[in-house]
Amino acid sequence: MSEAQGLHTKEFTLNVGPHHPSTHGVCRFVLQMEGEVITSVTPVIGYLHRALEKICENRTYEQIIPITDRFEYCTAMSCNMGFSLATEKLAGLEVPERAEYLRVIMLELNRIASHLIWFGTTSLDLGAITPFLYGFREREDILDMFEMTCGQRLTFNYIRPGGVSKDIPKAFIPVCKKFLDAFSAKVDDYERVLTENPIFIARNKDVGILKPETAIAYSVSGPSLRASGVKYDLRRDDPYSIYDRFDFEIPTRENGDCYDRYIVRIREMRESAKIVRQAIEQIPEGPIRSKVKMNFKPPAGEVYCRVENSRGEMGFYIQSVGEKMPLRVKMRGGSYNQLQVMPVLCVGHKIADLVAIMASMDIIMPDVDR
Amino acid sequence: MGVIKKLPVYLEKIPGGNIVTTTLDYVFSQSRASSLWYLLFGTACCAIELMATGASRYDFDRLGMIFRASPRQSDLIIAAGTITKKMAPRLKLLYDQMAEPRYVIAMGGCTVSGGPFYYDSYAVEKGIDHIVPVDVYIPGCPPRPESLLEGCLTLQKRVKRMKIRDWS
Repeated sequence: MSEAQGLHTKEFTLNVGPHHPSTHGVCRFVLQMEGEVITSVTPVIGYLHRALEKICENRTYEQIIPITDRFEYCTAMSCNMGFSLATEKLAGLEVPERAEYLRVIMLELNRIASHLIWFGTTSLDLGAITPFLYGFREREDILDMFEMTCGQRLTFNYIRPGGVSKDIPKAFIPVCKKFLDAFSAKVDDYERVLTENPIFIARNKDVGILKPETAIAYSVSGPSLRASGVKYDLRRDDPYSIYDRFDFEIPTRENGDCYDRYIVRIREMRESAKIVRQAIEQIPEGPIRSKVKMNFKPPAGEVYCRVENSRGEMGFYIQSVGEKMPLRVKMRGGSYNQLQVMPVLCVGHKIADLVAIMASMDIIMPDVDR
Repeated sequence: MGVIKKLPVYLEKIPGGNIVTTTLDYVFSQSRASSLWYLLFGTACCAIELMATGASRYDFDRLGMIFRASPRQSDLIIAAGTITKKMAPRLKLLYDQMAEPRYVIAMGGCTVSGGPFYYDSYAVEKGIDHIVPVDVYIPGCPPRPESLLEGCLTLQKRVKRMKIRDWS
């Protein structure tokens, strides 16, 4: 800025998106720029609004599960889980022990897969190609396990009200163990590429600092909140399913910049692998789904259930009037609040930092637009 | 030599090498088909499968396909993901910005017909063929990388059949 101090440039408006390779979908920003420095950011959303909540009003509870898959496709398991939990609470359904373990295994594997997508695309946005290929290599191994179990790679429809749809095949546990054994070394590889990389550090350190009080004021949740030093994770603070039985750390950092968000997500992958390992050791035999009537009618009432997914708190609010279809379904994703906090983070930074901040927040658009 | 005999080329031997005589159509269609650079246009779930196809295991580069961020540099739009009514004018704009010859692949149920959002959704465009002409449709929700590769091979076959005059 020093050489430009005598210069007065006129403020101008710059449009980014909705088709832009680094906005992770169809997000659009209208930026006010002074030279290269951002003075204000206005996110424009709605380019992927598919009326999911409206569609849910015309589906039975079991038919809604595939719709929730499309709500947040990077971690479709947690969407299934959130909706199933809410339905079970509403209808008073029991979940067998084995199903709970299967759910945890799938949820945590899916969290790793989602973080691997984030790892790949973040580095791609910052100009590194190799981590993208590394991340997707391991992700394919996880998807193989999902495919083995439920036949799908991305939209699973696996976790249903009252249990899960299919039991794991015999080959699953050896494959999973083999993957977990190798995974720690793979994460070391990722860290070797990026953690100490001077270019990566220069792009990320002290960029987009999210203060804890700002994060709480904007209801930011998930890894982005934990990178700001707030130790809040629903798996520990409001345990659902059987998360209270496992021993795992909640990684946090203090600064809340892009680099810290990177570190927190990398550590979370290791912790998730730890949970999966404990779950496959403890898994009991037994049924995988309790008896659930076709087109069951839960009693009238309302319920809100939340789960921790890889982007923060994901919640489902269901209002029922005792019919086989809900009256109203509200979905809450973590990305919406992370997008709302973007203007606070970006002002005063250069245009290139917008990409780094957006990448580190791990925003995906269907989560925002629904 | 065995391969050369099958191609529509005339081979003439001269001292120190060969001269190949062939039609301009053949040269153009071959080179167009084997360097289909696609526009990175992912909107929803299919974009993840598109990325997976571009990444390690499935490796799109084998087909000579590399992603470009700008429509001016690309020959092909792989419309991956739901196109909503708000997004539809942008797709049209991007298509118009591409230089001819240009191709469109509709990847996934949403772009083929509206997919799972056909009923009850007021916001989703029911098939992108309402907006731009489509060359290859790939059904699936989302299609597997193998289906996407098959779709791209189908498009290549189609491109190879085209004559220059089709685009002039």
